[in-house]
Amino acid sequence: MSAIYILWLREMKRYTRSRVQIVASLGQPILYLVVLGFGLGPVFQRAGSGSYIQFVAPGVIGMTVLFSSIFSGLGLLWDRQFGFLKETLVAPVPRLQIMIGRTLGGATVALIQGLLVTIVCLIAGFRPVHLANVPLALGFMLLIATVFAGLGVAVGSSLQDMQGFQLIMNFMVMPLFFLSGALFPLDGLPKVLGYATMIDPLSYGVDGMRAMLIDKSHYAATTDFEVLVSIALVFIVLGAWRFSKIEI
Amino acid sequence: MIRVQNLVKTFGTFTAVNDVSFNVAEGEIFAFLGPNGAGKTTTIRMLTTLLKPTSGHIELDGLNPATNQNAVRQKFGIVFQDPSLDGDLTAEENMEIHGVLYHVPHKIRRQRTEELLKQVELWDRRKDQVKKFSGGMKRRLEIARGFLHTPKILFLDEPTLGLDPQSRNQLWSHVKKVNEAEKVTVMLTTHYMDEADRVAHRVGVIDHGKLVAVGTPAEIKAQTKTETLEEAFLALTGSTIRDESAGSADQMRQFAKMWQGGKR
Repeated sequence: MSAIYILWLREMKRYTRSRVQIVASLGQPILYLVVLGFGLGPVFQRAGSGSYIQFVAPGVIGMTVLFSSIFSGLGLLWDRQFGFLKETLVAPVPRLQIMIGRTLGGATVALIQGLLVTIVCLIAGFRPVHLANVPLALGFMLLIATVFAGLGVAVGSSLQDMQGFQLIMNFMVMPLFFLSGALFPLDGLPKVLGYATMIDPLSYGVDGMRAMLIDKSHYAATTDFEVLVSIALVFIVLGAWRFSKIEI
Repeated sequence: MIRVQNLVKTFGTFTAVNDVSFNVAEGEIFAFLGPNGAGKTTTIRMLTTLLKPTSGHIELDGLNPATNQNAVRQKFGIVFQDPSLDGDLTAEENMEIHGVLYHVPHKIRRQRTEELLKQVELWDRRKDQVKKFSGGMKRRLEIARGFLHTPKILFLDEPTLGLDPQSRNQLWSHVKKVNEAEKVTVMLTTHYMDEADRVAHRVGVIDHGKLVAVGTPAEIKAQTKTETLEEAFLALTGSTIRDESAGSADQMRQFAKMWQGGKR
C-alpha cells in the first residue's frame, strides 16, 4: 500500500508544482465555455432549448477531466523518455501497485482540474439545479477520471515513444470529446453518429453529470453509472495487463 | 553471487546477446566491457529483470529472476546509463520514493538518506528540485539512491559518464569502500579502461553479443600481449568504429569526444 501512496503523492507534488501548467490547462475549457457558451447561447435559446451555458458546462467539465486524466496516464511516455519509469520497474513492488498508484494519482489530478473548471463555470453563470446532487456529480467526475486514467495507462504502456502522442490526440482524445455530446444534445442525431456516441464512454459521464447538475439527461443516470463502472474496470484491467508487459 | 549461463537475447532477427556465460563471486567487482552496441546494457537489463532473456539461465544470489522477480529486485541496486530521476521532485523526495519502493523502514530511510547525501555532497541541496542540478550532481544523486536500500549486488551501467575527474575519483573510492566494508558485489560497465583496470577484480569483454575474454586485468593483458587494458580491449574487439544506432549515452560520449577534440 505504501508504494501506491508514494506514487499517488508523486503525482500530486508534480501537479501542485506545475502552476503554469495548471493555469494553461484552464485556457481551453474557458475558451469553449465563453465562446460557445455565449456565442451559441442565443441560437440555443431561440431553438427553445434553454440556456446553453447551463447545457454546456457539464460538457466542458467532462472535457477537462477527460484531457487531464488521459494525459496523466500518457505521462508514462514522459517517464519512459526521462528514465523514471525504469526506477519503478526494477523496484521490488508488484507492477499492479505501481499502475494503481499512477492511475489514482492521475484520476485525482483530473478531479481537481474538474473542480477548478466547475468554479469557472459558476463564475460564468452556471447554476446547478439541485445542490444536493452536486456530490453525485463529483462521483461521475471521479468515474470519468478513473476510466480515462486507466485508458491513458493502457495506451501509454503500449507506445514506445512520444511520436505516437499526436496520433492518440487526433484519433482518440478529440473524437472521444466531440462524440460525447459535450457540446450538443444526444437526442435526434443521425443513426451513425448516434451509434458512435453510444460507444463513447465520455457520453455516459457527461450525461450523468447533466442528470445530476441540470436535471436533463439522454440515458437514465443509473445506466450512466453502470456503464462507467464497467468500463472503468475494463480499462483498469487492460492498463494493468499492458503495464505488466512493459519491457525497456 | 551472479551466475549467467548460455544467455541469449534476440530482437527479431538481430542477436544482441549470444550464448554468454560468466560468474561473479560474492564481494567481487566485475567490469563488463565492450564497444557500443556490443550487448552490455542488454545483458544488464536482463540481469535486472527489465528484459526477459530469449533463452539461458540467470541466478542472482541463488534466485532466478524469472520466477522470483520481486525477491531478486530487493537484492540489487542499479545506476542506469541514462538518468532515471524525477526532475520535478527534490533530491530528498527522489530518495524517499526509492526508499519506500524498496521497503526501507522510515527511520533507517531518513538516516541513510542523510548519510548518503552527505557522502555525495548533496545534503545542502536536498530541498532543491533535481531539474536544477548539473549533470554531475544528478549522477551523484543516482549513485546515492542506488545504495539506499543496502543492496547485496550493485549494477553500475556507465556510472561515471558525464562526471568530472574529481567526481569520478570520488565515486570509485566510494564503490571500493562499500565493496570492501559491506562485501557488496559490483558489476559495472564503463568505456574508461583505466577505471576498469584500477577498480575491477575481474573483467569480461563482450563484442557482437559474444563474450570474448574473461579474467583479471593482468590475465587479459597477458593473453593479448599488451601493456594496458585499453590496448588489450582494442586487440580483442578491433579498432573499427561501430555503426549501431547511438543511444543518449553514446551521443553524450560522442559529444564529449568532439568537444575534447575541438579544444586540442
